[in-house]
Amino acid sequence: MTISPWVGRALLASALLVYPHLATDFWIVSVGAYAMVLGIIALSLTFLTAYGGMISMAQMATAGAAGYALAIFSAHSASAGMALLPWPWAVAAAIAVGTLTGILIGIVAVRSQGIYMLMSTLAIAMIMFYLAQQNTTILHGFDGFSGVAVPRVGGVSLREPLPFYFLCLTSAALLYALVIYLVRVPFGLVIQGIRDDPLRMASLGYRVWLHQVMAFAVAGFIAAVGGVLSLWYHGGISPGSIGITATVNVLIVAVIGGLGHPRGAFIGALVFVLLQNFAVDLVGSNRYNTLIGFVFLVIVMASPDGLTGLWRRLRGMRKGSLDGGVVTQKL
Amino acid sequence: MLSRKLRCLALVAGITAGFSISVSAQSTNIRIGGLATLDGPFVALGQEAFRAMEMAFEEANYTAGGRKIDWIKESSDGRPDVALTKARKLIEQDKVDILIGPMSGGEGLAIKEYAKTAPTKTFVNGFSAAQETTLVSPAANFFRFGADGAQWQAGLGNYVYDTKGYRNVAVVAGDYSFGYTQVLGFMSEFCAKGGKVIEKIWVPNGTKDFSSAIARIPNKADAVYIMMGGADSINFLTQYDQSGAKQPLILGSNVSDQTVLSAKGPFQRRLVGLPSAHMVADGIEDAVYKDYVAKYKKRFPDGLSSPSAPFYGYYVATKAVLAGLNQVAGDLSGDQAKFRAALSKLRLDMPAGQVSLDENRQAIANIYVTEVARAPDGSLYNKVVKVIPNVNQTLGQPREAFVARGVPSRDNPSCP
Amino acid sequence: MKLLLLASLNGITLAALYFIVASGFTLIFGMMRVVNLAHGSLYLIGAYLGHDVAALSGSFPLALAGGALGAALVGMAIHYFLLDRYQGDDLRQALVTIGLSIIAADLLLARYGGLSYQFELPEMFYGSMPMPIVGGYPIFRIVLIGLAIAVYLALWLLVQRTRFGIMIRAGVDDRHMLGAIGVNVPLISTLVFGLGAALVGFAGVVGSSALSIAPGEDARYLLSSLVVVIVGGMGSLPGAAIGALLIGLAEQIGLAYFPTYSIILSFVIMVAVLAWRPYGLLGRPA
Repeated sequence: MTISPWVGRALLASALLVYPHLATDFWIVSVGAYAMVLGIIALSLTFLTAYGGMISMAQMATAGAAGYALAIFSAHSASAGMALLPWPWAVAAAIAVGTLTGILIGIVAVRSQGIYMLMSTLAIAMIMFYLAQQNTTILHGFDGFSGVAVPRVGGVSLREPLPFYFLCLTSAALLYALVIYLVRVPFGLVIQGIRDDPLRMASLGYRVWLHQVMAFAVAGFIAAVGGVLSLWYHGGISPGSIGITATVNVLIVAVIGGLGHPRGAFIGALVFVLLQNFAVDLVGSNRYNTLIGFVFLVIVMASPDGLTGLWRRLRGMRKGSLDGGVVTQKL
Repeated sequence: MLSRKLRCLALVAGITAGFSISVSAQSTNIRIGGLATLDGPFVALGQEAFRAMEMAFEEANYTAGGRKIDWIKESSDGRPDVALTKARKLIEQDKVDILIGPMSGGEGLAIKEYAKTAPTKTFVNGFSAAQETTLVSPAANFFRFGADGAQWQAGLGNYVYDTKGYRNVAVVAGDYSFGYTQVLGFMSEFCAKGGKVIEKIWVPNGTKDFSSAIARIPNKADAVYIMMGGADSINFLTQYDQSGAKQPLILGSNVSDQTVLSAKGPFQRRLVGLPSAHMVADGIEDAVYKDYVAKYKKRFPDGLSSPSAPFYGYYVATKAVLAGLNQVAGDLSGDQAKFRAALSKLRLDMPAGQVSLDENRQAIANIYVTEVARAPDGSLYNKVVKVIPNVNQTLGQPREAFVARGVPSRDNPSCP
Repeated sequence: MKLLLLASLNGITLAALYFIVASGFTLIFGMMRVVNLAHGSLYLIGAYLGHDVAALSGSFPLALAGGALGAALVGMAIHYFLLDRYQGDDLRQALVTIGLSIIAADLLLARYGGLSYQFELPEMFYGSMPMPIVGGYPIFRIVLIGLAIAVYLALWLLVQRTRFGIMIRAGVDDRHMLGAIGVNVPLISTLVFGLGAALVGFAGVVGSSALSIAPGEDARYLLSSLVVVIVGGMGSLPGAAIGALLIGLAEQIGLAYFPTYSIILSFVIMVAVLAWRPYGLLGRPA
């Protein structure tokens, strides 16, 4: 039995549109919207991995750079209600800062490959974490920013459950579409060519370095949007938001969902958010981290392509093929 | 392959089941959320916090104002983001009426801001002690029955100036807001007396090897004031002892906590006689306090040798909530207005003395100046040398003048 | 002058500790190209087990042996059951070890709680010894330098002068050829992993005698090992020594002269080295 992919997509879209009208505020915002925010940040990693063959541990830090920038320009609890910039400008500036951060990280990161890139980007993430913690004059040190004002449009706060849900949904859908579009245009094809064989692409005359940095720029842009939404979701940001735990969490989300396809980021984020909120009900006590570590380990060992890879393989098996999820093997 | 899919399905089913259970548990019981840290750097403190709530609830038989109490626990890891996520879950999903927590300063600032967006619920601080939380733009539904980090040091500056005769002090402290706040509390008395803080060495959070910070302590300092988090203070004390440094120490509140005193290690022999100050002291010679310690030891045989400061913080918070509920006979109607009015007027007789609130719903309470001493059984405790009664948030100064001095920072205050 | 001397001495002794911790990491990577991100967990396991042994026996040498042996057994089990099957897939191995480190941290927390532990050092190692110019210096920190040199020499002799070492070096160069001439490569690999784990377990006991053991130390020592080994060049023993010296000195001199941003310094050095020499100072491409 085969269902046309378009039927599936239409069903998913209508489910996402109807869902907030049926669910409680908690399920709309703390599960639905937050999973999309986390999914967007993980998408920036999945984009790099799936199509660029690059793995970056600095995506949470990039999102954090945008979040910090927006917090600085917005009204917050230490600014006496004053915002430095009107919010559309502040958001634009924040996204520019995030994209620029992505480019700068890319310039350093693409000097190395594979596991070395993982570690050099981890070091960059730690630099940004400690910078945020130690700088008290601009970045407010250990406590960071709290009470950040969320813009109101037409008298309605964007942080109200329904507006925020649809804001996140729209952003996630647009960014997902952007990724799908980019990998089909020449730029994306070159990126994938470099992933598969950088030497050949170089000898064909493509500037490998430049394309990889541009991929980091795109990832930076995606992460920056996630950072803006994350700041509004939490109403603040602190060094802990970009620390080692948060950094590893993005990797966990992307791996659980599957590094091979952008949809994995959102599936992983949903599973992660559900576990985060309801692991207590499942395992009863305080061993939430054991559970999440175990789920992560089982998925890494059972399916290199995460839950999406698992799904594809199950379908592939029915079609008589065991192939699926080879992308991460190439890293 | 299929069995894996089944496992996924089982997981989803389990989550859904958990969801429906927590929703169906709606009843006429009062729901109280507890938020503390069972993960991250403050694990030991989080365990104490939940012990405290458990003991307070058991004393009340899980009843207040004639209604049963449902207690829902959530754990943070000390990060404001996580504390906020868990607070939201407690309020929005678990539908708690009252939230008790959080543990640490940054979390407290985030929860205070969140409280402003949930005006129909009541938030009672657990152990977080950032000064700003209640001093600057407080939330109308956020109550703190514990003193803040600056209050905790009341009496210490005078004590070391008058009794110990120190005139020049060097500071080695954690480079974050709680460190600044405690140093401010110490300095405001010490500098007013004419004492000099000749060098401040701020050590970044995450530093474990303090030896080069110790090397910077000037020779002409009479004593060294130290303040850093639990595990870090053990490292510092060990290295200080090993380095052969001779200057006496003055301990910030975290350094003299039972979580440090109970830790085994050779640094212990250096601690006896060192002064400190806190909102509670395990050496309080008072029948009510001794009864409280005895109850703790009986209830938690695997706990610390005596209840810690975070235990006391959460215990007082829970007791305050229970007392408030009793006063209004469990009536939380009208968006809890009556309950909040009752909380604001409470005068609680607690094991470490009476607690009342100021107009910002911040505690006015006793502070204990102590010296570390060795008990007959060999364990260390804080012997009370002086009680400073009814310390308020502005440390006895007029509110405007105090606020005008600005928030504590690396350079504020200063008296070199 | 005195401060610079003290800070340098502190940096060298901290480097000694960093080297002992990182030596196992670089050994494992050199032989198998496994990036073991559970390295910090093995440190913590060694430290806690050593503490249990010390509590039972009251002997510091037994604690060292217990910590090393316990970590070695756990390490060999990890390699044999979980990592060996993914030989050559370095990302997958790294991810498996990340999962393990999350689980290990949580289970150790459940078992040992959140309080800090310390070792009672033998009296002869505790306290300070007289020294010119600086006055006094902690004895144990000097001992650390001796231990680091001993570890370096032992590893060098093992790799350069023994049959086992010849097989390790052959394995680094061509694993398949080594297998083809009849050497049991999986067994050698598991033993090398066990040796690396034993080193870090040993380091756990040593490190928590100099400092203390608490939850969170796993991530800290994992990061410091990563930085040290990446700066020096992954898989290179002299590289690890140079990396440890650079990082140890940078951290302590930074703490003495510009404490606010000192904590960033080691990561900045690492990024700078990577940007200049992507495989570290003494490393070479895989």
